[in-house]
Amino acid sequence: MYAQMVKTGVDKLQSLDEMSARERAFQERIDADKRIEPKDWMPDSYRKTLIRQISQHAHSEIVGMLPEGNWITRAPTLKRKAILMAKVQDEGGHGLYLYSAAETLGITRDQMFEALHSGRAKYSSIFNYPALTWADIGTIGWLVDGAAIMNQVPLQRCSYGPYARAMVRVCKEESFHQRQGYDSLLALSRGTDEQKRMAQDALNRWWWPSLMMFGPPDGESVHSAQSMRWKIKLFSNDELRQRFIDLSVPQAEVLGLKIPDKDLKWNDERGHYDFGEIDWSELYEVVKGNGPCNRERLSERIRAWNEGSWVRDAALAHAEKNIHRASANN
Amino acid sequence: MHEWPLWEVFIRSQHGLAHRHVGSLHAADAEMAVRNARDVYTRRSEGVSIWVVRSSDIIASRPDEKDALFEPSDDKVYRHPTFYKLPDEVDNM
Repeated sequence: MYAQMVKTGVDKLQSLDEMSARERAFQERIDADKRIEPKDWMPDSYRKTLIRQISQHAHSEIVGMLPEGNWITRAPTLKRKAILMAKVQDEGGHGLYLYSAAETLGITRDQMFEALHSGRAKYSSIFNYPALTWADIGTIGWLVDGAAIMNQVPLQRCSYGPYARAMVRVCKEESFHQRQGYDSLLALSRGTDEQKRMAQDALNRWWWPSLMMFGPPDGESVHSAQSMRWKIKLFSNDELRQRFIDLSVPQAEVLGLKIPDKDLKWNDERGHYDFGEIDWSELYEVVKGNGPCNRERLSERIRAWNEGSWVRDAALAHAEKNIHRASANN
Repeated sequence: MHEWPLWEVFIRSQHGLAHRHVGSLHAADAEMAVRNARDVYTRRSEGVSIWVVRSSDIIASRPDEKDALFEPSDDKVYRHPTFYKLPDEVDNM
């Protein structure tokens, strides 16, 4: 549940010699694995890129609540319902940690919401796919949260202090998300033929979009290179994707489910699984706004925000009234 | 209407340590800030006590004053126990 294809606003990497004294001192601090904190001087491009990346990450957390929240009333048992509610509540918390981290960079939460609602800011492509059956909820936990963990664990060591600290909290909770998803799929895969078919169908639909979550191959991308130089991206998209596939294949075997990729096979020489071609045109379409659920997700989000506005206003008016009363009584 | 103010949250864990900064949140007033802090920051028995303070009330040192503020302590090596070379027989003091 995170950021993809974040632009850095730079068109080429600068060498240390080309930098100003301040920029060089900044880069040397990062190279020495020292953290950057909110009040420290930082290049404008670093600040803007982080705002883009962290807010996109935050938006992913809260938009990700929509497909899951939709299943709370239809969870098959009370136990699964309680678990799902706890997970969705965690996602709201993750959004909050991340919005707070971004706020330390000089943007307000309302400004970030406005960017999301107007379509200027993105969230992860994965949440533009529909959760059609109960098995999708388990699969989201297993694969989508699993893919997010791959990316978030290294970010605990990223160069920006508040972002790194937010990631520590997120990672602690994310493991519950992935395990509950797998546990739910385990129940289905050991159930009736119909339940097994449902689990397989969910895997068939979520596998490729999950791989796309890591973003396209970095190749010659100057943005990836700059982000890695700044240590706000620690591994390439392809490295993380390969790691995710290598971990997921044996997990699918335990479930008795088949990963929908005929080219998937272990490569002894590489020590990794080889896998089939990813259809990147699909990712680009989804990012452009043409995925199966883009419009629905965004309009739901905007509706929830607008319908909550009277509550926010009333709470503030109440707080202000109490302040006036207290001062009148003194 | 304008945004709810920002609050910083401090939690004391069960093990007798001091309150520690854990993050921040938005709330209309102090009471709501405590309630939200409970929901956001103590869902898994992270603590037994919560402090909240409005972020705008925090006064922080400035990074560009770092040298003036903290450097003098480096000169005062005699403040550290390792400054004193004692005979081996008593050096575990």
